[in-house]
Amino acid sequence: MKRFRRHGQESQRDRLKQELFAFNKTVEHGFPHQPSALGYSPSLKLLAIGTRSGAIKLYGAPGVEFMGLHDENAAVTQVHFMPHQVELVTLLDDNSLHMWTLRGHNGLSELLEIGRFTLTGPPGAPPSVTRVTAVLAHSSGELLLLGTEGGHVFVVEVPGFRELEERNISLDQIASSVPDDYIGRRNLEHVEALQENPVDPDQVIIGYGRGLMVIWDLEKKLAIQHIPATQQLESVCWTEDGKYILSSHSDGSYCRWMVGGQDTNEEEKSDIPYGHFPCKAISKIVQLPTEEGPPFLLFSGGMPRASYGDRHCITVIHGKKHVALDFTSRIIDFFVIRDGPEHTGEPSALVVLVEEELVVIDLQTEGWPIIQTPYLVPLHSSAITCSHHVSTIPLKLWERIFAAGKHQNAHYSKKPWPVTGGQNLAPDPPQRDLLLTGHEDGTVRFWDASGVCLYPMYKLSTAGVFHTDADPNDNMNQGTEGEWPPFRKVGCFDPYSDDPRLGIQKIHLCKYSGYLTVAGTAGQILMLELNDEAAEQTVEAKVVDLLQGQEGFRWKGHTQLDIQEDPVMFPAGFQPFAVVQCQPPAVVTALTLHSEWKLIAFGTSHGFGLYDYQQKNSVLIKCTLNPSDQLAMEGPLSRVKSIKKSLRQSFRRIRRSRVSLRKQHVNTATKLQEANARLEAELAEMELAPVQRKIEARSSDDSFTGLVRTLYFADTFLSDSSHNTPSLWAGTNGGCVFAYMLRLPSVEHRADEPVTAQLSKEIQLMHRAPVVGIVVLDGHGAPLPEPLEVAHDLARAPDMQGSHHLLVVSEEQFKVFTLPKVSAKMKLKLTAVDGSRVRRVGMAWFGSSRTEDYGESGLLVLTNQGDVHVVSLPHVKMQVHYPCIRREDVSGIASCVFTKHGQGFYLISPSEFERFSLSTRCVVEPRCLVEAPLHSGCSNQHQSQPDGASSTHRDADSPDSGVPQHLEK
Amino acid sequence: MNKNHRVPSSRSLNAVEVKSKFGAEFRRFSLERSKPGRFDEFYGLLQHVHRIPNVELLVGYADVHGDLLPINNDDNYHKAISTANPLLRLFLQRKEEADHGTFGTDSLTRKKNTVLSAVLLRPDHNKKKPPVIISLPKDFRPVSSIIDVDILPETHRRVRLYKHGQEKPLGFYIRDGSSVRVTPQGLEKVPGIFISRLVPGGLAESTGLLAVNDEVLEVNGIEVAGKSLDQVTDMMIANSHNLIITVKPANQRNNIVRSGVGGGGGAASGSSGRSSDSGASYYGYSSHSAAASIPPHIIQNFPVGELESDEDEEDLVIEAGGEAEPIRHVASNHSMSSLPRYEPHLNLRTATTPSPDRAMERGSLEEDGTVITL
Repeated sequence: MKRFRRHGQESQRDRLKQELFAFNKTVEHGFPHQPSALGYSPSLKLLAIGTRSGAIKLYGAPGVEFMGLHDENAAVTQVHFMPHQVELVTLLDDNSLHMWTLRGHNGLSELLEIGRFTLTGPPGAPPSVTRVTAVLAHSSGELLLLGTEGGHVFVVEVPGFRELEERNISLDQIASSVPDDYIGRRNLEHVEALQENPVDPDQVIIGYGRGLMVIWDLEKKLAIQHIPATQQLESVCWTEDGKYILSSHSDGSYCRWMVGGQDTNEEEKSDIPYGHFPCKAISKIVQLPTEEGPPFLLFSGGMPRASYGDRHCITVIHGKKHVALDFTSRIIDFFVIRDGPEHTGEPSALVVLVEEELVVIDLQTEGWPIIQTPYLVPLHSSAITCSHHVSTIPLKLWERIFAAGKHQNAHYSKKPWPVTGGQNLAPDPPQRDLLLTGHEDGTVRFWDASGVCLYPMYKLSTAGVFHTDADPNDNMNQGTEGEWPPFRKVGCFDPYSDDPRLGIQKIHLCKYSGYLTVAGTAGQILMLELNDEAAEQTVEAKVVDLLQGQEGFRWKGHTQLDIQEDPVMFPAGFQPFAVVQCQPPAVVTALTLHSEWKLIAFGTSHGFGLYDYQQKNSVLIKCTLNPSDQLAMEGPLSRVKSIKKSLRQSFRRIRRSRVSLRKQHVNTATKLQEANARLEAELAEMELAPVQRKIEARSSDDSFTGLVRTLYFADTFLSDSSHNTPSLWAGTNGGCVFAYMLRLPSVEHRADEPVTAQLSKEIQLMHRAPVVGIVVLDGHGAPLPEPLEVAHDLARAPDMQGSHHLLVVSEEQFKVFTLPKVSAKMKLKLTAVDGSRVRRVGMAWFGSSRTEDYGESGLLVLTNQGDVHVVSLPHVKMQVHYPCIRREDVSGIASCVFTKHGQGFYLISPSEFERFSLSTRCVVEPRCLVEAPLHSGCSNQHQSQPDGASSTHRDADSPDSGVPQHLEK
Repeated sequence: MNKNHRVPSSRSLNAVEVKSKFGAEFRRFSLERSKPGRFDEFYGLLQHVHRIPNVELLVGYADVHGDLLPINNDDNYHKAISTANPLLRLFLQRKEEADHGTFGTDSLTRKKNTVLSAVLLRPDHNKKKPPVIISLPKDFRPVSSIIDVDILPETHRRVRLYKHGQEKPLGFYIRDGSSVRVTPQGLEKVPGIFISRLVPGGLAESTGLLAVNDEVLEVNGIEVAGKSLDQVTDMMIANSHNLIITVKPANQRNNIVRSGVGGGGGAASGSSGRSSDSGASYYGYSSHSAAASIPPHIIQNFPVGELESDEDEEDLVIEAGGEAEPIRHVASNHSMSSLPRYEPHLNLRTATTPSPDRAMERGSLEEDGTVITL
């Protein structure tokens, strides 16, 4: 149209592009993949999680979060906050130490790495001498004590990482003073634990692997006391009053030792809590006093090896109460949050980091209920199989979903979230957005995706509609009377799906009517409606034969699900009222809902159908199967294995890829070297196994050409240019588009007269690439609004005067056709030009950052190369493109979902969504401030807290004043 | 009758016997096989011997399969001369009376079925096909060509494969590999994309322009450097209807030498090094498969822009009328007409039993040293 553009207009357009589009990865939602270390600062009230890929994440009050990444590709093994400061120290797998700080900048805090350090031993010493095994951040805030594998303790001044050689505690110094009768004196082994005396910062206890513990005076530089434990040491805890030391051991025992001026070598108390039979090690033990009554004793592990050796337990003992919290994945670490301004009061919450989730237990409420986490929620408690995003939810629906979710959360503690550090300065989200995730176990989870915290709102389970193999009482194996140990299951991570057929594949929610349709792996499509009351009802099922008499077909896949014939009790929330079952029961590959016409359309690899959910009647069935397509004819079984395998591989790749992606500032020389080395390795690999690709034009006989990729409802001009009619559009894998004209009875006869559909057009794209998106553009070139959007005054009515256009997006091209007579008008080729293919496409509206009133619609595109593009409408011109996901990250690309306002989500691991934005106006990112604690150790002799998130406890008071607060300015 | 004439040994004769028919008149003369001259000279000669100096002519000849093929440029003229054995039968028509339909498969030997059709039996042979229409010779559709010889370095070759409506597969594979580049820092190994395999009987192989281990540099003008194997694969497939590949041939001895127009003899291809080889393989093909139809690759004969214009393939739109029944009804003519229909030029179809004289001919070709594999 604007063929004669002048230069000025081009640059004007460029300026406009800058006002409309900007790419940012803003926040990671969910639970970090493979956490490996936990830390907590009682003074900042921030918790820190380090991961195996070298990421460090800090969380405080909801909305307060920071992320950092170590340049080294190494796991974070320990995280220690410097007491009363905004610094923290991380220890990595490669033996390097890193200092991070929260620095204020423009009124916001940011996490920055400010130093790194690796111990250097004396020349010629074996590496074990400097291999750090224990870290103590001294309460003075100036010293780090580093215990090593060789048994030495090095003292380092921070933040500069200056080694104070004269203060080091060498193994020889210790060994010379060990009593002669101690069995293990020949080899004390590595330093397992370093703890500071809560009442005397000059005293530290050094625990050696062999069992020996030595109390050392840092000032006098001599050993005060030797504690000759003989079992392998696992952890040490100094009680708050400084009078006792608790040690836990590898045989499942723990001991309490009196701290005295003179050598009292007798253990005061020793116990194997789950004893008699051999037990596993107690890896960490903590004892905390209460104001009145008995102290809390918490320890992890110690289970009887033979019968419960595979359990992941933390035992909490308080007086007569004794519970073994039984987690579903491996325990990484735990700490206890205490009340009071100085964090010295009653223990209030136990925070446990396990491999797949963070669990917080309220220790002050009867029954020790769980506190629901506002972030770090395990998205993958059952594997995510699909996602669907709905923007701008009307308040009414929002409240109803929220209320339904509240019923489900009754068992959670009422206490507020105890980690409260920092201030969330982000403005309130401008709109309410929902992210729906479908899961392998047949559940759909509703997440509040409006802000930085992806908060779980409501969970819908579809399994109740069907008979499944699973016994409902199966997972009720809780606390039979008198069981020992007294187990209690906690946590929601449950990756085991009862029946893979229940898996959710497609979701469509109409935000105006509250109708929801979900479709699953076994060809099931459920229609659900939001009901505020629980109701018992029978669900009507309709079987739809998509083969339509097609011969020679053999379905080798799974069987269809059996519907419960009896009435089922459904809790308040979304309740199913109709079910369609496709025959053959193949995975549903496309689904759309039109709540105004009360129709749903669904497709599989065999064909598609149109269902009238008001009359509960099938309107149209179309078989798209190509008789020569053997793969589709046989069903999915043969492919299952390879898909699983490739998924596994891609997850493996994620692990590697995430690390390299986050690398930011490596100097160029090493970068170059690395790149060369990698290239060499890659080339070597290639030479070993040459991969070939066949170059062949696509033919109509290719596999799965009949697979329905996209379905779309539109009210447009299908037959003539003066009358618009409802229509259904379907696009297949073989590049074919079908258009049906729909005839709907008038509103008063909607319930009794049939809806009819008649084929009006069939378009075969000559390039035969899969059709992944169909959109009708109105006379202004804007996409048609969603159903009911206009009725609710939330969208401008489409322009029905000008001529409509059809936009067909295939994996290779964007093509605009005229309507009603279909003839090609414009196109944009993607694959032919840069070799990438469209994987995801979405319509979005972009507002200008400069003026409130300007905005335009655009097409968001994600390619198989992991790039995101914005394509203008209706002229299909490439506007901007940004690299977003690594192209090897197949599952990340497959999981991507776009919002209507130019944002998107994709999985960076099974448990985490990365949120990104292409819009300048619509950006959701953490904006938060953490201030240095006012307390500078000037008071309070009794405020230390053995919260010890890592195996060492570093938090203690500092009786001398003036903990330096430099650095954070 | 012409069995004897086809004995290849006669090709060693230096003279080509020409029998030219115009209307009811015949003229006979001979040409030197090694020095056939140019087409326009030949055209003038024909006008001269028939004494029709001012008549515009359409020149056709009977090829080895008995098909009537046109002679209208140097290439097909040389081809005609080189394949004459030894008699070259010419058919002249006045241009204004010309019946273009006369050119094509089986045009002269319609009654006779060949062994080739049996070998090459196509699955849809029983379908009633419209008679093959061959347009003006200048519209003959090329199958492949070397293009842009004038702008590319001699070490590179830009090959165009025309897939238009052909049944024949493109037929090649690519792989990752490494190539060595000269940089200011010295030799540097860089990743590259290479042809790894040619499918026998495929378009790529039949052209003789692409070979295993040729490095792919560009696809339809876009450099592949920095692109992954999968990306290049997708680019090639997306461009498969009109694929232009720039390669650096593994065998650099075969490069095009720009001086000298058309060598003599069998290799009108312009290849200098192994010309005899490629010529031989060409014959091998033409005699044993339907690939018989493949004309020699043509150098710079086709105006590139013309074909490149919008290439694309129109999409096929089927509009259902306003009938009550949702019947899928086959394209009304207006939409169909927009779809270009390209038939393979010379379809030797219709199944029959192999005829003995063909078998014999094959034998004689083997004698000639050409390896034939079926």
